Amino acid sequence: MDAFTTLSGIAAPMPLVNIDTDMIIPKQYLKTIKRTGLGVALFDEMRYNTDGSEKPEFVLNQPQYRKAQILVAGDNFGCGSSREHAPWALADFGIKAVISTSFADIFFNNCFKNGILPVVLPEPDRDACMQDAEKGANSRIEIDLGAQTITLSDGQVITFQIDQFRKHCLLNGLDDIGLTMEKAASIAAFEEKAAQTRPWV
Amino acid sequence: MSPKTLYDKIWDAHVAHQAEDGTCLLYIDRHLVHEVTSPQAFEGLRMTSRTVRAPEKTIAVPDHNVPTTAGRDVHIDNEESRIQVDALDRNAKDFGIHYYPVSDVRQGIVHIVGPEQGWTLPGMTVVCGDSHTATHGAFGALAHGIGTSEVEHVLATQTLIQKKSKNMKVEITGHLRTGVTAKDITLSVIGRTGTAGGTGYVIEYCGTAIQELSMEGRMTVCNMAIEGGAKAGLIAPDEKTFDYVRGRPNAPKGAQWEAALAWWKTLSSDADAHWDKVVTIRGEDIAPVVTWGTSPEDVLPITGSVPAPESFHGGKVDAAKRSLDYMGLEPGMALKDIKIDAVFIGSCTNGRIEDLRAAAEVLKGKKMAPGVRGMVVPGSGLVRLQAEQEGIAQVFIDAGFEWRLAGCSMCLAMNPDQLAPGERCAATSNRNFEGRQGRGGRTHLMSPAMAAAAAVTGHLTDVREMM
Ligand code: SF4
Repeated sequence: MDAFTTLSGIAAPMPLVNIDTDMIIPKQYLKTIKRTGLGVALFDEMRYNTDGSEKPEFVLNQPQYRKAQILVAGDNFGCGSSREHAPWALADFGIKAVISTSFADIFFNNCFKNGILPVVLPEPDRDACMQDAEKGANSRIEIDLGAQTITLSDGQVITFQIDQFRKHCLLNGLDDIGLTMEKAASIAAFEEKAAQTRPWV
Repeated sequence: MSPKTLYDKIWDAHVAHQAEDGTCLLYIDRHLVHEVTSPQAFEGLRMTSRTVRAPEKTIAVPDHNVPTTAGRDVHIDNEESRIQVDALDRNAKDFGIHYYPVSDVRQGIVHIVGPEQGWTLPGMTVVCGDSHTATHGAFGALAHGIGTSEVEHVLATQTLIQKKSKNMKVEITGHLRTGVTAKDITLSVIGRTGTAGGTGYVIEYCGTAIQELSMEGRMTVCNMAIEGGAKAGLIAPDEKTFDYVRGRPNAPKGAQWEAALAWWKTLSSDADAHWDKVVTIRGEDIAPVVTWGTSPEDVLPITGSVPAPESFHGGKVDAAKRSLDYMGLEPGMALKDIKIDAVFIGSCTNGRIEDLRAAAEVLKGKKMAPGVRGMVVPGSGLVRLQAEQEGIAQVFIDAGFEWRLAGCSMCLAMNPDQLAPGERCAATSNRNFEGRQGRGGRTHLMSPAMAAAAAVTGHLTDVREMM
């Protein structure tokens, strides 16, 4: 997995609340057996007409946001299904961070497995990011994961909280499975004990 | 010992390792797998030469994109679907995990097959690459959805890296009134708490109205815990749970059954346990409900009318405008005046035998309204068989419904079962998101009895008027 340390990029505003995983990537794209190539299908129904042409009003179709690397979103982003295709599509498009007041739990987890930083902010701070994002391509937002700060284009600095274990993994691009495998002895010990106490499992 | 909730007890029994910052390795007792969220995980194992740590605890079944029409065991037309199902066939074989192929009568929606086959037991940890894994919480099992990277993690290590969630109690007191079902409970709770109300929590549903539900009803309630944002939903196991589990193919037998039972009986929240959040609803206050918008929190009693977006606050105002536009509805319109084009009865929320019985009860001797198309998709091959034996299938067929093979079907429309743009559907599934049942399709969520009532009249209907 790619490490995430700092990011300076264009932020796209998506103020809609409850942007669900079906909106992020509709089911017809879940038939793939690969993780890659889903960027073109990101936000499919909001982004394209039925004939495949782009909807000019959709934020990521506007010239100033086509290269966005950050999304600033309404509350409860990523609610719905467990499909990891949602962060795969975001990552493939080039989105590396999403800022909102809240995220659905499974989506939130899935982001970390794919080098995407989901940032949870209180509403006023999120709104400040949203206003900055609305300025378009001239406004670059800077995120420093190590320092846990977001710097807006006018120099305003916002700090954010993050679980330290997740931060560590993201900063170093660590693979969870490898980390867990190092604890194989603990797992084996647990299994041995469980075979005694709950043999029916 | 400090008092514990049911969640605390199951959690504590599964911690294989705890780091100083509280990050745990949680041991997973059952891992359910389906064709859509697993291919990349198995591919990951192959690429790293890893194996499945506990194949005997891993169960696979294709359900999401399989057609629900005859002949699917011979050939699946859609190439991408076929490739995914073939991949699951191969992965199950290569890695030696339990498998129910489409040709097996026990095949069905993974969350229906698990309990039916006795894989789901009280006090277990159960995960699946599917958000509605919450369903298994009805047995007092800690069950939740995971992403594909986590599927790979569980396959390789039989654990998940987890931090503990907070405890939330949802109590439904008293008794349900006639015509009100488990689906109305779970939708009403989400209507009250919102789709993010449960974020960060594991919910335990309790109270007399929950205890009085059958196991099927309890599964319906827990199934939608995720729609309320919760990590998982739980219901403490009781005699009904034990009766359901007893004798299932993979349930413990003999002395093991006795030992299991003794432990399962300790699985309830202590009276003085701490709750981080409590929601209480009177069972008598719950009416048959439907959704009007494109979020499961857009819930109203069937006697209500379409709300005005201005009646909401903050970002929800724009979201409601967008919803009404998508749904083609005007504020102030009576919900009962909304005409429907299609009816879908099925899904892991309401595709069990009790759900089909409830719908058939309303439909018996009646016909679907002219111009309405209806589809019944049993949750498993065994549910289908039972419904045929009970004569329920014939009730649906006589009413004009299509009687299909088991699968997810029009719950998420990955297979050919889809709504056309603008088509409006009374659905017993769990998500009314934009495009969920087909691009441009409009979904109203409700109970099986309400969906059957709508099928007969051709518009959203208060089932109580037909009882
Ligand atoms: S029936 Fe619907 S909600 Fe349930 S597992 Fe299938 S697609 Fe998911």
